[in-house]
Parts: sequence; C-alpha cells; structure tokens
Amino acid sequence: MKWATRAGVHIDRAACAWLIRRHIDQDAVFVFVSDPAAVPADATPFDMRGVDLGHHGGDCTFETILRRYELHDPVLWKIAEIVHEADIDDERFDAPEAPGLDVILRGLSMVCDDEQTLQLTGPMFDGLYEYQRRALLLNRPPA
Amino acid sequence: MVTVEAGGPGRWVLLAYRMPREPSRPRIAVWRKLERLGVARLGDGLVALPADARTREQLDWIADEILEAQGSAMVWLATPSTLGQEQQIAEAMQTARAAEYQAVVDEAVAARSGSGSERARAVRRLRSELHRIARRDFFPPREREAARATVQALADVDVTEIAEQEQS
Repeated sequence: MKWATRAGVHIDRAACAWLIRRHIDQDAVFVFVSDPAAVPADATPFDMRGVDLGHHGGDCTFETILRRYELHDPVLWKIAEIVHEADIDDERFDAPEAPGLDVILRGLSMVCDDEQTLQLTGPMFDGLYEYQRRALLLNRPPA
Repeated sequence: MVTVEAGGPGRWVLLAYRMPREPSRPRIAVWRKLERLGVARLGDGLVALPADARTREQLDWIADEILEAQGSAMVWLATPSTLGQEQQIAEAMQTARAAEYQAVVDEAVAARSGSGSERARAVRRLRSELHRIARRDFFPPREREAARATVQALADVDVTEIAEQEQS
C-alpha cells in the first residue's frame, strides 16, 4: 500500500512510518509531499491537515493511528506517550525520554533526507519497543 | 532591544480564526494553546509567530482543531512590510517573556531560605518552567540568563555550602 505524509519528517511522522511498517502494512511505500493537494489518489495520507490520520482531540497522529487500527498493545501505547510529548510537549504524560528523542530527530532532519531518516529511525524505534517491552514485563527499567 | 535579522523583515506564520462563543470549552482550549506557544496577538482573531517548520505545524494543527469546533481558520505566511513593524511585534513578545523569566528569578530567590528538600523541589519545578518559557522564547531577553543562573545557583546552594565549610 502507498502512504503519504508531509516532507521534512519529524518525530510523529517517523514514529508513524515505523508503526505502519511494523504493525499495519509491511510492504508500505511512503511518499513525501509538500502540499496536501499533491497526495497521490491511491495513497493513504497521515499526519497532514484535514485528514483522518492526523491530530484529533488532543492526540498526536501516532495515537490516532493506534485508535483507528485498534492496536491495543500496551508497549505501543507507552511509545505513544513518548511520541506525544516529543511532538506536542503539553505535559499530558510523564515521558522524560521525549526531549532527547525530539532533539535526535531534529538533528537527523538537518543532515538526512526523509528516506534516510526513516531508515535510521526504524531500528531506533525497534530498540525503543524492545526496551519498553522488557520494562513492562520486569515492571522496572531493564538493565 | 531586539535584533531583528539584517536584510529585511523575516517570514511570519499567521493564523486568522473565528470560533463560536458557545460552547466555550474549545474556545478556551485554543486560547490556552496559543498562549503556550507565545503568539503575538495582532488583532481580534489574528495571531502570529516567526515562521519555521515547528511553528507552522503548530498553527496548522490548531487551525484544524478550530475547524473541528465549527470555527473558521486560515494559516498564512506573511512578511511585515517594514522592519519597524516587525521590531514592534518582536519587542512586545520579548517583554512578555522577560516578565516570565523575572518571575522565575523571584521564585528562585525566595526559595533559597527553604530546607534542602524544599530547594530541590523548587529547582525541579523552576527548571520545567524555564523549559516551557524557552519553548516560546523567540527573541531572548537578558532576563533569560539571569533566570538560568539564579536557578543554577539555587541548585548549587548545597555544593557551595559544603565547599565553604571545607575551606573554613
């Protein structure tokens, strides 16, 4: 399937692309556009103004996708809290990881194009998932 | 004094919006979000921020939120026609931030007389407050350094006391 989002990806879009590829559509192809009108007809747009998979009711796009696709994995919802704070920074959740992640993504976007950013952040989110999964099982930060 | 970039006025992102009076909740939520972003209020239902990827996105999402609440909203990219106009807006924003930093300074000074754990709590709270202010600080006033230094000094009180005791 084809998925479209705004060019110049940052935390929410990078996390969504990872989420889509790992949990929704493993053959996902991503298209980056600078104007909503440029979204190809056969693509599902996300994290753009006026589309279903965007910010809604205080949620960031990552949270919206989890809701729409009924993904109830608690590890993904833990990552959602971090992405939410890194993206919106409204202090709804306690996510001390968020400012660090925000800086890393901002830095990457300065030296990488969108394709490269997704390539690099894929394993990063895999690692974040594994860390949070172990933390949840152990009920404390894993070593 | 605000130093606006040489070479003419910069680009700003503007949000022109209107929301129904009732229900008041979404209207207040939008008001709070705009305050948090530190927008310049240019007129009734017209706010502005210096344009960058982040501010543009922030105002885009708020525009969507306004539309979802049955309001109307448009996001514009604009340039003030004169440097003087830009300077005026920037100075007003800087003055607003300066007052917020000054409040941090005052609280940090007041917290010095507290116990060790009270001071530690104050340091944590004031550092989050500094972070919040910095997020909406586009034209840093001189009070910023003072605020950071005063909070750091509050964090260093114990270290300084131990060092002084060792010296005496």
